[in-house]
Amino acid sequence: MNFFKLSPRDALLMVVFAAVVLLAPIWMKPFGAAYPDLLQKFAIFGLFAIGFNILFGLTGYLSFGHAAFLGIGSYTTVWTFKLLSMNPIPAVIFGTLVAGLFAVLIGFVSLRRTGIYFSILTLAFAQMCYNLAYSVLTPITNGETGLRVLRDDPMLLDKALGVVQEGSPIGSFFGINMRGYPAFYFCAVILIIGFFISLRIFRSPFGLKLRAIKSNQNRMRYTGFNTRPYLLWAFVISGMYAGMAGSMLAVTDPLAGAERMQWTASGEVVLMTILGGVGTLIGPMLGAVLIKYFENIFSAFNESALHDMFSFLPSWLETVMVTVVHPFVGEGWHLTLGSLFMVIVIFLPGGLVEGATRLFKRRKSDGVTNKNSGSEN
Amino acid sequence: MVGNIVLNIQNVDKTFGGLQALSNVNMQIEEGKIHAIIGPNGAGKSTLLNVCIGRLEPTSGTVRFDGEIITGKAPYEINQAGVVRVFQTPEIFPELTILENVMIPALAKRDGAFSFNPFKSMSDETDIFKEAELVLEDMGLIDQMYDHSGSMSRGDKRRLELAMGLVQRPRLLLLDEPTAGMSRADTNATIETLIRIKERGMTKVIIEHDMHVVFSLADKISVLAQGAIIAEGAPDEIRGNPKVQEAYLGGAH
Ligand SMILES: Nc1ncnc2c1ncn2[C@@H]1O[C@H](COP(=O)(O)OP(=O)(O)OP(=O)(O)O)[C@@H](O)[C@H]1O
Ligand SMILES: [Mg+2]
Repeated sequence: MNFFKLSPRDALLMVVFAAVVLLAPIWMKPFGAAYPDLLQKFAIFGLFAIGFNILFGLTGYLSFGHAAFLGIGSYTTVWTFKLLSMNPIPAVIFGTLVAGLFAVLIGFVSLRRTGIYFSILTLAFAQMCYNLAYSVLTPITNGETGLRVLRDDPMLLDKALGVVQEGSPIGSFFGINMRGYPAFYFCAVILIIGFFISLRIFRSPFGLKLRAIKSNQNRMRYTGFNTRPYLLWAFVISGMYAGMAGSMLAVTDPLAGAERMQWTASGEVVLMTILGGVGTLIGPMLGAVLIKYFENIFSAFNESALHDMFSFLPSWLETVMVTVVHPFVGEGWHLTLGSLFMVIVIFLPGGLVEGATRLFKRRKSDGVTNKNSGSEN
Repeated sequence: MVGNIVLNIQNVDKTFGGLQALSNVNMQIEEGKIHAIIGPNGAGKSTLLNVCIGRLEPTSGTVRFDGEIITGKAPYEINQAGVVRVFQTPEIFPELTILENVMIPALAKRDGAFSFNPFKSMSDETDIFKEAELVLEDMGLIDQMYDHSGSMSRGDKRRLELAMGLVQRPRLLLLDEPTAGMSRADTNATIETLIRIKERGMTKVIIEHDMHVVFSLADKISVLAQGAIIAEGAPDEIRGNPKVQEAYLGGAH
């Protein structure tokens, strides 16, 4: 079928991507990251960043409000659990669609402006969603407690089909409980599908037009394109990716809270994309994995762990080291993230993928003299 | 006998603050002809084209294309109707390859102002590729078509601009100094290309400072000075017109 047709290079990329994702429980072991909770996070935030990149990477429109869609996806999923079924399939479908609907509304308004004004509008919308979730909408969101699935929720579809669960409710893919490795593989499969769709968009005329809009939107207008609906579609698609990621957060842990929509969460996906490489295919995924990996390591440290780490030093030096390092770990992990981000933006503005490409090119041109290779991302 | 009027500019005024950039301009462009607009710097030539493609709204007056009023329409609608502009300062997509720069207008021509096709692959767009290739061949850019356009020389960017306009096979092509910044050889090649397209029956409006280009191409010439048309006619009439001599030909150029 035409839909699955890829160039040999892209087919290879797809196979390698799928293999790397599916085998993560094995090759992540030496890095101490091979446990399901963290792997789930890699897949979920990878998907979030891949979708964000379709907007930011292709069109250049920087949204500072995509966490709103993440939160909407989570809430919708928990509600689907409560009302219909603990099966993650309808939950993810509804989560994605409802986030898409909100994206149509927010995108329609925000896209009337470009540049910083667009960013501010999206930020404002996201903060509005966040505040509403805590105030007026508490009947739907359950406010600060967070929305969770209860044993006596209707779950109409499950009841009708006679599906019963023991213990506290948990997402269940036709009998397979959505925790641990099965949950990771559920997320991994969705991630692979999401990556495939993103690859298709990158290679399509639609993707080319989006890149042209980023390059020179005015010229696009004089070339005969009505750019607004293109931008809206890109916005909605990336909003749906975010909704899907939010859904999966709720599938792996059936709880939705408003803090998921806070501006820091919106900022985080921007960092992931920039760190990995804006507008590249694998950059956002790479950025997401790195940030979640280091978050996991750095935020796990506390003062006593630091003392253990530096215990080989003379005691006065140990105290100095712990005092210096302490603000950067645990709760202070964001300080490390900020520093890392500054280093990347200053020294590698194209992100890690560009860095790798540069390294690769230099080695190539060292070997082959005077050969100008065509540029490719 | 007057042929079919493609573009009809009627009583167009344009003021920028206190500056009268265009005053009561009337101009009729005939089907299949090359119509040159000449005039000193700041005469309002580019402004007139901007009004025609919807970049600027005239203060008063109308522009009709094929009898239909196009003033007030969005630029993309005017392009889709068949009026294409080649800009004075290169307006390209610098981050894209030369080939992509030409495929994009070809896509606009085929798919219209909006089409959502995220699952089609560019590598399956063989028709679009062939059209682009043909035009790039014409403009002598075929050997570098996979290079990034942002790093081209200014003269090459002008040729790319022209290729982007030509690939849409517009009813009316508006050229704003297409040979400015080109070498003599490139200028001659461009003139040849323009003459060839003339035979294909594409109507063109061309703004040009180079009199050699104007007199070897134009069927009709309008002279613009300080926002007003001071003379209009066949090349020979214009050459002999004393008013033109004074305002333009005999000037500092
Ligand atoms: N957007 C604008 N805002 C204000 N003034 C403008 C604008 N565009 C053009 N002008 C002014 O209008 C006058 C006509 O400019 P225009 O660019 O049309 O001249 P031109 O005939 O194309 O000259 P050139 O041969 O230098 O390209 C100039 O005085 C210019 O400064
Ligand atoms: Mg001009």
